[in-house]
Amino acid sequence: MSIAHLIKSFTLWEFVKAHALTLKYFFKAKATINYPYEKNPLSPRFRGEHALRRYPNGEERCIACKLCEAVCPAQAITIEAEPRDDGSRRTTRYDIDMTKCIFCGFCQEACPVDAIVEGPNFEYATETREELLYDKSKLLDNGDKWERAIAANLAADAPYR
Amino acid sequence: MTEFFQSTFLGYGFGWFLATLLLILFIALPLMLAVAMIIYADRKIWAAMALRRGPNVVGPLGLLQSFADGLKVFLQETIVPSAANRGLFVIAPIITFTVALIVWAVIPFGAGMVLADINVGLLYILAASSLGVYGVILAGWASNSKYPFYSAIRAAAQMVSYEVSIGFILISVVLWSGTFNMSGIVEGQRGQIFGVINAYGFNPLLFPMAVMFLISALAETARAPFDLTEAESELVAGYQTEYSSMSFALYWLGEYANVILMCGLNAILFWGGYLPPFEWAPLYMVPGIFWFFGKLLFFFFVFSWIKATVPRYRYDQLMRLGWKIFLPISLFWVFLVSGYLMLTRYSA
Repeated sequence: MSIAHLIKSFTLWEFVKAHALTLKYFFKAKATINYPYEKNPLSPRFRGEHALRRYPNGEERCIACKLCEAVCPAQAITIEAEPRDDGSRRTTRYDIDMTKCIFCGFCQEACPVDAIVEGPNFEYATETREELLYDKSKLLDNGDKWERAIAANLAADAPYR
Repeated sequence: MTEFFQSTFLGYGFGWFLATLLLILFIALPLMLAVAMIIYADRKIWAAMALRRGPNVVGPLGLLQSFADGLKVFLQETIVPSAANRGLFVIAPIITFTVALIVWAVIPFGAGMVLADINVGLLYILAASSLGVYGVILAGWASNSKYPFYSAIRAAAQMVSYEVSIGFILISVVLWSGTFNMSGIVEGQRGQIFGVINAYGFNPLLFPMAVMFLISALAETARAPFDLTEAESELVAGYQTEYSSMSFALYWLGEYANVILMCGLNAILFWGGYLPPFEWAPLYMVPGIFWFFGKLLFFFFVFSWIKATVPRYRYDQLMRLGWKIFLPISLFWVFLVSGYLMLTRYSA
């Protein structure tokens, strides 16, 4: 143990240096945002809560091709379909188990009619597990609620696809 | 105040009793409030040094956070594990909390502002704070659970080890001031350096003791970097693991009351207590209690600062620091201080 080392350890030099550093940080601007009141900007490609979209005339887009169900790696999507009275093919059941979903975005990639999309919403925490088992009406509601943001995001991302 | 109560119809004995009871409340209740605010301050300082915001939602600037936490804890169910030793389990947090409070009896908040101006104040503090370890040991034992038990053993060894060197540090202060009385120690610091600076801490012979006392105080109150008793990565929550609700809150309050106490002791023993830093008449316009709390809060900031800076010690490092570094140095320093005093003050 050299003299320099002894002096360093008895004057607590390393500690003094460390405390000078933390004091400098004490007066620095915060790195975190004030979350519930401030939010970070989201990419148009952000993959959040799912939604089923409708055409402007109110007709639901989904044609029950089941591509999303097939591509879903977590097998979170369950679809049942029947021809409707007017002869068009539509789903009778469209469930997403949000507790299984891994938010990979394959469903919206696979969808030929831009019906199932992952919207910009990420604040949908629930108090029970059951509330996270989304059915068709919940997904359509989401679509109605977030349509403007979703349409804007799709339009912003369209040139790159 | 005591004389006033004694002069009324209450009589000598009962008047004294009632006056003392009121004075105790006068110390204990603001102390609890101070603990709540100091927990908030602790979290804020820690957060600021980590570039976070800390509690900022409950009340303006998050000032009511501690009260919300207190309410939450108060509304929880008190769970006593079925394998626990019921009596000891319930008594342990009460011991910790009580001991943390009774020590405040001899702390001088200002000139003459002390509940019990006893001549062995410093011994009383040593004795009472040594009792605090029982609360921890009993909690670890009575919980009948392995992590609290490990934690209690660690805490006991840690507190006992550092109390030894704290004892020697205090002895050097006592030698210098020539009294065990807390107010006497503060008064002894008047004009200590060149007749101008009111602090033992600036005395080159006592400054190393001041630093060692600060570090030992961290270990004694199990604050970071010596918080091995509640090393959450190893021991869940330490000796508090099995505690919930009010018994948990008692530990919480007691721990922080001890931290404030140690900050206060730092201020009193080495940095002039309720005296202003310089012997200059205008500084005496500010009441002594403000100087005392100003110094106390400064040391609390230092405590939080250290918590935000230094990583936790390993247990053998902690023991090595206590027994192989602090104990020899403090022992040597007692020798040095008494030798110096023998040559200068008492040689004539």
